[in-house]
Amino acid sequence: MAIAQIIIFISAVIIATFFVLDRITTITYNIKLGKDETIHSDLSFRLKSMLLIAFGQKKMFKRPIAALLHLAVYGAFLITQIELIEIFIDGFIGKHRSIWALLHGWQPTRWLYTITINMIELASIGALFATFAFLWRRNALKLPRFHKPEMKGWPSLDANLILLFEIALVTFIMMMNGGDQALQRMGAHHYHQTDMFVVSYPISMFLEQFSMNTVLFVERVGWWGHILLVLFFLVYVTYSKHLHIALAFPNTFFTRPEPKGQLANMPAVQKEVASMFDESMAEEPVDMNEELPSFGAKDVTELSWKSLLEAYTCTECGRCTSSCPANITGKKLSPRKIMMDTRDRMEELGKYKRMNGADEHDGKSLISDEYVSKEELRACTTCNACVEECPININPLKIIVELRRSMIMEEADSPQEWNTMFTNLENNQAPWQFAQSERLKWTEELNN
Amino acid sequence: MSDTTIKVPVMADVTAEGKTPEVLFWTGCAGSFDQRAQRVTIAFVKILNALNVDYAVLGPEEACTGDPARRAGNEFVFQMLAQQNIMTLNTYNVKKIVTTCPHCFNIIKNEYPELGGNYEVVHHTQFLSELIKAGKLTVQGGEFKGKTITFHDSCYLGRANEVYEAPRDVLEALDADLIEMKSCKTRGLCCGAGGAQMFKEDEPGHKRINQERTDEVMETGANYVAVGCPFCNTMITDGVKEKDRQDYIKVLDIAEMVAKANGL
Ligand code: SF4
Ligand code: SF4
Repeated sequence: MAIAQIIIFISAVIIATFFVLDRITTITYNIKLGKDETIHSDLSFRLKSMLLIAFGQKKMFKRPIAALLHLAVYGAFLITQIELIEIFIDGFIGKHRSIWALLHGWQPTRWLYTITINMIELASIGALFATFAFLWRRNALKLPRFHKPEMKGWPSLDANLILLFEIALVTFIMMMNGGDQALQRMGAHHYHQTDMFVVSYPISMFLEQFSMNTVLFVERVGWWGHILLVLFFLVYVTYSKHLHIALAFPNTFFTRPEPKGQLANMPAVQKEVASMFDESMAEEPVDMNEELPSFGAKDVTELSWKSLLEAYTCTECGRCTSSCPANITGKKLSPRKIMMDTRDRMEELGKYKRMNGADEHDGKSLISDEYVSKEELRACTTCNACVEECPININPLKIIVELRRSMIMEEADSPQEWNTMFTNLENNQAPWQFAQSERLKWTEELNN
Repeated sequence: MSDTTIKVPVMADVTAEGKTPEVLFWTGCAGSFDQRAQRVTIAFVKILNALNVDYAVLGPEEACTGDPARRAGNEFVFQMLAQQNIMTLNTYNVKKIVTTCPHCFNIIKNEYPELGGNYEVVHHTQFLSELIKAGKLTVQGGEFKGKTITFHDSCYLGRANEVYEAPRDVLEALDADLIEMKSCKTRGLCCGAGGAQMFKEDEPGHKRINQERTDEVMETGANYVAVGCPFCNTMITDGVKEKDRQDYIKVLDIAEMVAKANGL
């Protein structure tokens, strides 16, 4: 029996690891589809961003209720990792509470163990409450940011599923610890006498009225349910918006340090324009082999790897969209959708390239009716509200600007009014039709 | 308004006289050509003049910074304008620039350095707040005393460059009640003009962005909306007019308020 359990356990771990590694390879491949970008920050800035924003959740607290609920789940998530260590060891060697067996002989370590498990139980209950609150907010209160068009179908299901997993997980933990304590008192073989675990204690009292076999069954279901769900979750996460639990760390680590108002320079255009001003540069022989640069981004391959990492990191929380002036006033633009489209397009293209070869292209692009439409791109006021709001330092504006550059410079597809503005700028150095010589007209009033 | 004559120093003339002004006042296209924004330019010049600030303007040698072109996605037009401006500024050996436009402020400060233009750039509200702090500028309450003012953060001064306090510091000096809108500072709501939206119609939606912002302005019940950007000024002025509230709530740039309060 014990051997069979060990074999099942090890197989489950191997299968989960296989799928997770496969997804990590895919995700890395897809992010590498992007262009180079150097992040101009030093290590201390990077560590600080990561610790404050990802680990410390600093930006979450702009919305205190959501932040507290999220903190409850996040805290429980972090602390239950400790218990998982014991569960893994038990699974591999087929023993029960092996860490307790190791620690209980000495008072201080015994206390450490008991306090830790009790904290895990308390945190789990906190997480359970938070989870119900989340479900309620999402499905009963219908906060608008959770019900935008881009959330239809899988994204909403994904969000709810993970909450249901959380409930199942806490239930399993309670079955496991409750069953365990009942079995200890019933004198079951293998079950070490531990100290009291307060939250699951009442459950153990309730279970004691049943037969030993029934309680054994409950405890085993709890134990196996817990670990299998964790393994399943590990795989599931890589397909879900919950990837942020891992990627929020590298993503905030690589936060761009520039002021939000600063757009990236385009050195190729800078050089070309400079050569127009400077005759000596224009005479430089043109290198025919030099590939013509494309301007901006039409597809994910022309976006920076950082933008692609951000697309995978996005939690679809919609804070960006709910603060976007364009979206608030009913325009099609939604910065969250920009991130989701980028991710989905990247998955699609990555899959195609892995099947057909890295140099192949499926002929589709991120700017398209299927993904980001030009109407969305035109609507952005570059106000940076989305960038400011994002709790994990994602920058949807960066993608919008790159796509706009392609739309305007590659496709020359701009609204008539913008064309007029461009012509004015070229002819009289002002966006309106005023003569350059009239720049001082306003002083006339002061002269007399 | 006083009717004293003010001679606005122009860089080319001043340089010809062998002088180097301490600070260049970057007027901006709106400040030069837009009728409403010209009032702000004039107000600011009156303050500079009253304080004997050693400044000059570029006048006909100033070109658009290229902000609307770059943000619309037209890098070519941006680069042409920017490089031309940088040549002009570097020829005059400009060290410090003050501007009444957050878009000019942002682009010269953050995006010109990479193209070879390195200057100390300040927004006029920062300039004024420094002068107040240094005791060089004293502001009387004037017509604003006891009135309520709400300040509209422009995206390019606020979020883009994290300047939230300087404009508020100047307003504090007016002895008025400062009340904040529902969305302010880091969460300030855009007026709808940025990203070259100023130069085209809104995309289809159920409301214009400036109306949304004007609603927030009116919710405060303030007597004045203070702005620090010529485009925000236009947008909110239009919003107030559409609601026919122009008699109850005045849209003024902070420079205009200071000038008015001091009877300039
Ligand atoms: S920068 Fe653009 S997308 Fe982001 S909030 Fe502002 S208008 Fe919306
Ligand atoms: S980009 Fe940031 S704010 Fe927007 S949905 Fe994704 S995680 Fe949330």
